[in-house]
Amino acid sequence: MQVFGYPLDVDPILLTLEVAGITTLALLIIGTPIAWALSQMRSRARIFLEALVALPLVLPPTVLGFYLIIALNPNGEIAHFLKSLGYDGQLTFNKLGLIIGSVIYSLPFTVQPIMAAFEALPTQIVDAARTMRASFFDRFFTVIVPLARQGFLVGSVLTFAHTVGEFGVVLMVGGNIEGQTRTVSIAIFDHVESFEYAEAHLLSIIMVIFSLLVLMFVYALNRKLQIKQA
Amino acid sequence: MFKGNLQLKLGNFTLNSGEFQFESTGVTVLFGRSGSGKSTLLRALSGLDRATRGQLMFHDEPWQMGKQARPVEQRDIGFVFQTAALLPGKTVQSNLDYAIKRVPKSRAQGPSFEEISQRVGITHLLPRSVDNLSGGERQRVAIARALLARPRVLMMDEPLSALDWRAKTELLALIESVIADYQIPTLYITHAPIEVERLANRVVFMADGRITSIETLAEATTRIDSPLFTEEGPVSVLHGTLGTVDQDGLLPFTASTTPNSPPVFTFWLNRTEHHTAPAQNSQARLRILARDVALAREQVDGISMLNQIPATIQRIEVDAAANRQAVFLTLHDGQTLIAELSSRSVQALALKPEQAVFALVKTAALLDS
Repeated sequence: MQVFGYPLDVDPILLTLEVAGITTLALLIIGTPIAWALSQMRSRARIFLEALVALPLVLPPTVLGFYLIIALNPNGEIAHFLKSLGYDGQLTFNKLGLIIGSVIYSLPFTVQPIMAAFEALPTQIVDAARTMRASFFDRFFTVIVPLARQGFLVGSVLTFAHTVGEFGVVLMVGGNIEGQTRTVSIAIFDHVESFEYAEAHLLSIIMVIFSLLVLMFVYALNRKLQIKQA
Repeated sequence: MFKGNLQLKLGNFTLNSGEFQFESTGVTVLFGRSGSGKSTLLRALSGLDRATRGQLMFHDEPWQMGKQARPVEQRDIGFVFQTAALLPGKTVQSNLDYAIKRVPKSRAQGPSFEEISQRVGITHLLPRSVDNLSGGERQRVAIARALLARPRVLMMDEPLSALDWRAKTELLALIESVIADYQIPTLYITHAPIEVERLANRVVFMADGRITSIETLAEATTRIDSPLFTEEGPVSVLHGTLGTVDQDGLLPFTASTTPNSPPVFTFWLNRTEHHTAPAQNSQARLRILARDVALAREQVDGISMLNQIPATIQRIEVDAAANRQAVFLTLHDGQTLIAELSSRSVQALALKPEQAVFALVKTAALLDS
């Protein structure tokens, strides 16, 4: 594809959106129960677990990437486990490994906003649903999720955007394989390394506009979803 | 019948109820100062708090046995909180539907949806969003929702405390008539003596996280040191029937020993603006402050007081600190009326037990009934 006379490589963009989309979905499924469990915890173990979830925020992505390479190596436990389920590809330097890495890397961006929303739930409304015979899953989907919807929105958008923007972990775990693991951020790095500034420019400006639009969308929706306090 | 012994620790507060047992019929009021553990006890009784320990039986059904608890969802309770706790952003109708949809077939009987919504006064609100309702309207919706859940026990945690004076008066009358007509066993929390006197069949007194005593309303209002009595002094609660307003705008309140016998007493009440029009010949309670009752040895002529009720002195209790005496009178149908007099008056009239007297009550004092 040509944009302003320069070649635009669409593959990294599609790959980035795919990885970020799958990561966000996976994290909503994994992160929601973690957020709920943490929000309900009264024991001291919570301090440790919260810190553990927040760890990817402060660790250098290279540290995370390093341990991931070790954990995901073809002779490791995880690879063996997946093999027993019938998956016979490798995990490092391919898309699945990239998604696993992204899930761990972006975990706090999903869990923290959703956990905060769970903690701010008006307990009397949830209790009222219990007295009206709503079982746990019933009230979770009919009362808790609607009341915590801002947390879910913020959590998923931040997760998506953060995954789009990741670099270090991708480079360590995924390498730089075209169509497999070359995401936008890697492609930009690649272009700059080979002095292809025009191509780097094009991808970079797309990222800037995309990020700006995403954030504006979040703020607008956030305002609309505000729950009226009676 | 509720029977048990419950413990619940919430933060710094510890509930340790002690052994208790009381009938579930009618209205049981949990009464005590704030911080006495009323709400914690109700949470333990309802099963809303997982940290509850101890034993609880509802009739012959175990609700709590140590750590084992029957889930709230299976207890068939209706709960009205201090705040209405409605689902925000939804209409009144869909808030009510939430309860209706989850009623098991075995309990789907009783007054119809139309009757309840009319009775509670929310029919015109059904299509409106709950976000735009007043506090009183929201609490009405919460009451309707609790009734539509077809509960075996209705639990109310200070349902009037967040309302203004007018909404309070209206809703108290509504709650009183709804639980009397639908015959739902009710547990009701309040720290307002007037709500106890209007609603209670029995009172569970609480202090410092434990149940101090469980008394019938009659017992609770016939001892001078009752925690129900505040700075207003002792209060009597009489049960009777409201008649029809006469041409002078006065409303008769009578009591008879049998349905067709002539009344043993008649109080004439002033109708007031805020008084929700009572149904004719409806059962009612009359709340009379002891300090508004005067005594005479004989019927008095040439006096503006309309209410002169014959009675017999039961006993006289002395409140030495205030130099006042509480004279407990037995009316001819057996109900108790308390008069508060100065020690000098008691001496001057030479009042003593078993003496026949007339109780004089100013009509104006009966406004707030």
